[in-house]
Amino acid sequence: MSTHKITVTVNGTARTAEVEARLLLVHLLREDFSMTGTHIGCDTTHCGACTVLLDGEPVKSCTVLAVQADGHQVMTVEGLEQGGKLDPIQNGFWQEHGLQCGYCTSGMMLTGYALLQRNKKPTEGEIREAISGNLCRCTGYVNIVKAVQHAAAAQQ
Amino acid sequence: MIPSAFDYHAPGTLVDALALLEKFGDDAKVLSGGQSLLPMLKIRLAQVGHLVDIGRIAGLEYIKEEAGFLKIGAATKEVALERSDLVRTKYPILLDTAKVIADPLVRNRATVGGNLAHGDPANDHPATMLALGASVVAQGPKGERTIPVDQFFQGLFATALAPNEILTEIRIPVPAAKSGGAYVKLERKVGDFATAAAAVQVTLGAKGEVTKAGIGLTAAGPTPIQAGEAEKFLTGKMPDDATLAETARLASQAAKPTADRRGAPDYKREMARVLTMRALRAAVRRAGGKV
Ligand SMILES: Cc1cc2nc3c(=O)[nH]c(=O)nc-3n(C[C@H](O)[C@H](O)[C@H](O)COP(=O)(O)OP(=O)(O)OC[C@H]3O[C@@H](n4cnc5c(N)ncnc54)[C@H](O)[C@@H]3O)c2cc1C
Ligand code: FES
Ligand code: FES
Repeated sequence: MSTHKITVTVNGTARTAEVEARLLLVHLLREDFSMTGTHIGCDTTHCGACTVLLDGEPVKSCTVLAVQADGHQVMTVEGLEQGGKLDPIQNGFWQEHGLQCGYCTSGMMLTGYALLQRNKKPTEGEIREAISGNLCRCTGYVNIVKAVQHAAAAQQ
Repeated sequence: MIPSAFDYHAPGTLVDALALLEKFGDDAKVLSGGQSLLPMLKIRLAQVGHLVDIGRIAGLEYIKEEAGFLKIGAATKEVALERSDLVRTKYPILLDTAKVIADPLVRNRATVGGNLAHGDPANDHPATMLALGASVVAQGPKGERTIPVDQFFQGLFATALAPNEILTEIRIPVPAAKSGGAYVKLERKVGDFATAAAAVQVTLGAKGEVTKAGIGLTAAGPTPIQAGEAEKFLTGKMPDDATLAETARLASQAAKPTADRRGAPDYKREMARVLTMRALRAAVRRAGGKV
């Protein structure tokens, strides 16, 4: 079993850790870096609760090894708010009641955030397609779609 | 869930990666996007001593036409196919396929090479590559060899790749003028593997007759299925409704699906027929024919 000294830039800050090869990225974030905003839902690559941005693209951090993230950029939900100001995507979820229990929310917001980075004016269909790997068992998605639309409009 | 312990290697070159595979033999596995391998390691369906990550080797991610082929680097991610103008305009069958693989988050990591090398008959690229008459390039200690996809899939999760070989490229012959293809999949929900799916690629002649046909089926047996009888039947004929219907029927005869949560064999075979019919129509339309 090999161990590795890795450096991952999390929300703009370079962080190092000594990890076992088999450590999953989600555990690096939650346990080594105490950033528990990233959730573990299914742990089987189905739900998207563990979504983080890896070099800007949403991925399931329960299905990435921490060592694979060595030298890369990771953004978690903790990185959305800047200087006490909510990101438009967070504000959108708040204004449009885009969450109930909140379990899926960090993943939903990061997927929505990444979509808006490459598509400033997504259609409803494009939003639904983008979040189709993130499961929500509470909201029925209607308000999540509205939340992303709210953020898109706010960014115009 | 945490995989059982292994050593991780991140070679920077193909030569180093091949040397590691040679050294560790059966005890090593290539790690590409990890979207099949890591879930299997986590639920301990698979166990390895050494993971050789090819994700840090430069030059394995590309989509380009060259010397009569569309060449796709093995580590090219599904999302790159979805965003490629070349794929969208000239190879819509590949876009059809990439779009229905897993979900967008998985597609940000999963690679085309991994989709084929995994040898899962429920994966979507194999049928499409069969329809397109693709080949894969394998690099081993003795150099490079090219394997036609119709000889690549040898059994459930078994391919023609040796443990010391790495799949580096997929080669699709650039289709002749008046060619078209489509991939049509039935899935219960986003992220599900196919209940049934069909890939069809055709080329039409001067009078609109089919001069070349490729038909592949997903989740229709222990390996991806090439519907050879159906291809033979269609070739040389005008793609009228009766001919397409008989082609679809013949294709479904080649399907040998098994029962699982997605349905019974008879149902899946019938779905293979219906989906092949839809894919045939779409392919002929895209080739500029009338249906
Ligand atoms: C929730 C979920 C849903 C999915 N749904 C679908 C679906 O609907 N359709 C579908 O087609 N797929 C689906 N997949 C599978 C996904 O597309 C896989 O990621 C893909 O099949 C494997 O690609 P990878 O790059 O992730 O390979 P990895 O997981 O890294 O590797 C898979 C296997 O191939 C080998 N391998 C990989 N690359 C190479 C190479 N270059 N040379 C030699 N060996 C190699 C590995 O050793 C391993 O045995 C799904 C996966 C998940 C998690
Ligand atoms: S916890 Fe990672 S996909 Fe569900
Ligand atoms: S708000 Fe409860 S799972 Fe989405």
